[in-house]
Amino acid sequence: MVFKQENIKNLALVVAEQDVKGRSLWADARKRFFQNKAAVAGMVVLIIVGLFALFGAQVSQFTNDEIDFMVIGQVAELGGPSFASGHFFGTDDLGRDLFARVVQGTQISLMVGVVGAAIAVIAGTLYGATAGYIGGRIDNAMMRTVDILMAVPYMFVIILLLVIFGRSISMLFVGIGLLSWLEMSRIVRGQTLSIKNKEYIEAAQATGVSSFKIILQHIVPNLTGIVAVYATLLVPLMILTESFISFLGLGVQEPDTSWGALIFEGAGTMQYGTLWQLAFPLFFFVITLFAFFFVGDGLRDALDPKDR
Amino acid sequence: MSTSLLKVEDLRVSFSLKSQGDMPWTKSRVLQAVGGVSFELKQGETLGIVGESGCGKSTLARALIRMVKATGRVVWMGDEELLGLSKSQMMKYRSEIQMVFQDPLASLNPRKTVGQIIAEPLRTHNPKLSKDEVVAQVKAMMQKVSLLPNQINRYPHEFSGGQCQRIGIARALIVKPKLIICDEPVSALDVSIQAQVINLLMELQQEMGLSLVFIAHDLSVVKHISNRVMVLYLGKVMEVADRDDLYDNPRHPYTQALISAVPIPDPKIERAKDVILLEGDLPSPLAPPSGCVFRTRCAKAQAICGEIAPELKAPEEKEGTVLALEKESTHRVACHFE
Repeated sequence: MVFKQENIKNLALVVAEQDVKGRSLWADARKRFFQNKAAVAGMVVLIIVGLFALFGAQVSQFTNDEIDFMVIGQVAELGGPSFASGHFFGTDDLGRDLFARVVQGTQISLMVGVVGAAIAVIAGTLYGATAGYIGGRIDNAMMRTVDILMAVPYMFVIILLLVIFGRSISMLFVGIGLLSWLEMSRIVRGQTLSIKNKEYIEAAQATGVSSFKIILQHIVPNLTGIVAVYATLLVPLMILTESFISFLGLGVQEPDTSWGALIFEGAGTMQYGTLWQLAFPLFFFVITLFAFFFVGDGLRDALDPKDR
Repeated sequence: MSTSLLKVEDLRVSFSLKSQGDMPWTKSRVLQAVGGVSFELKQGETLGIVGESGCGKSTLARALIRMVKATGRVVWMGDEELLGLSKSQMMKYRSEIQMVFQDPLASLNPRKTVGQIIAEPLRTHNPKLSKDEVVAQVKAMMQKVSLLPNQINRYPHEFSGGQCQRIGIARALIVKPKLIICDEPVSALDVSIQAQVINLLMELQQEMGLSLVFIAHDLSVVKHISNRVMVLYLGKVMEVADRDDLYDNPRHPYTQALISAVPIPDPKIERAKDVILLEGDLPSPLAPPSGCVFRTRCAKAQAICGEIAPELKAPEEKEGTVLALEKESTHRVACHFE
């Protein structure tokens, strides 16, 4: 068979006309990330936990503050997990549905983690990048401020805040947000110092791009790798902090709850034969933390293949 | 051709160094990177700047575009003094003076597409241009530097070193500058690619009437592209002359040593020729030698060299020199014995 040469030539021309799609560093990293089985498993777990938090309330037959008077006083005998009674995870010591409470606790805990990490990412990145890029005295002043803030025992501050202004979830966000960005700003500043001496920054300066634009368009995109990794590792830390505060009895207020508060209650009633009250919240707590750490590890390997 | 584009007078750059343990009141040591350089660049001309590592070539380039603080005068187009301008006044000239960098890949942001990289100066200096116009101009410029315009969405790591350098050139040319400062643009490339990039630069220079300041440490490359050549040593001008004049008739002992070290691609000549070996290392710029900075390594050094720094002046004519210098020769040399 003889090909029509003209057709082939035309085809070549058409192909040459079309813009080739480039493969960005992100696309490469995504491919490496999806080859990492532990990280993908972690992500699947996170998605499931997220769906559980979002839609669990629809499945539940009770609300988180509804007391089932049938089981009250006989929780150890009647309040166990069963499909027949509608208490999938059993009830807590007061006869409230544990499934509904775990759903609601998951919402709060994930929110604390994500909001805390988001504050850290935004404030820490901008603060650190600005300090690193400007350098000199301003850098010194900015970073010494961070050092001073870090020297303050943060748990003490959060507890004081909660005691003085009353226990509320927004106060908890303020407390965690105030402190979470410190470490992040240090890491970002260190990276910025190495990026700002690259020739492409110099090229941008030479052509007259403003400092603000250089930070936003050249430095921050090159920081996103390390920031993404650190943020995923920060989320479980935030969750742990919140859990600890709730465990001390200071975090969220009844009837709202969180993983830490649920684990605290469950641990208190362990010896009465109601082990499920500890087991279910603890299970979600542990798998979520593990999943975040695996995803964080996967991201680090994917974004920085040199460091493996 | 003859109008002066850039006139530099007594340009000096010095850095003050502080070591870690110093107290705030400790006097910092001063490193003079560029010590009083003067030259003039005409429109359409190429000035080559050569010298060994650490002699202040790159600092000189950065001082011209005010990336480092400098004193002296840099006169642009005969009327505007660049060093005294404010940041916003300088913006106007930033589009007329562009720079090409040494490391082709490192000078391109790895997170941006080639199109975004080339468009950056354009978007900075003409923010009113519509997106389509920017893309059209970027594609036209890519064609000009012989890159395929359909690769506009690719990322720098997908290109070879030579292609990356052409992207760098395209980025410099897109705002139609009058002067391009090339800071060792080819020293990171292999020889065949060097030729491509240099010939491209020369073609574009012809086409767009550009002036170039071409910094390199490869003398053959400089010979190929330059009209005039300036030799730097420890931040000072040793000799400056028209290209042929300098290569055929080097007057300064340092220039003679440099030129004698250029390899000639013919083994017979190469074996027969005398290479003037320079002994020792470049002296520390923190404590430059008194008098003539080159005297510590110079074969002709005498007592006077340690006392008086030689001025840059036209060399005296020697008897028996066949290549008699023309009257209005621009050859200048800083040596007591020339």
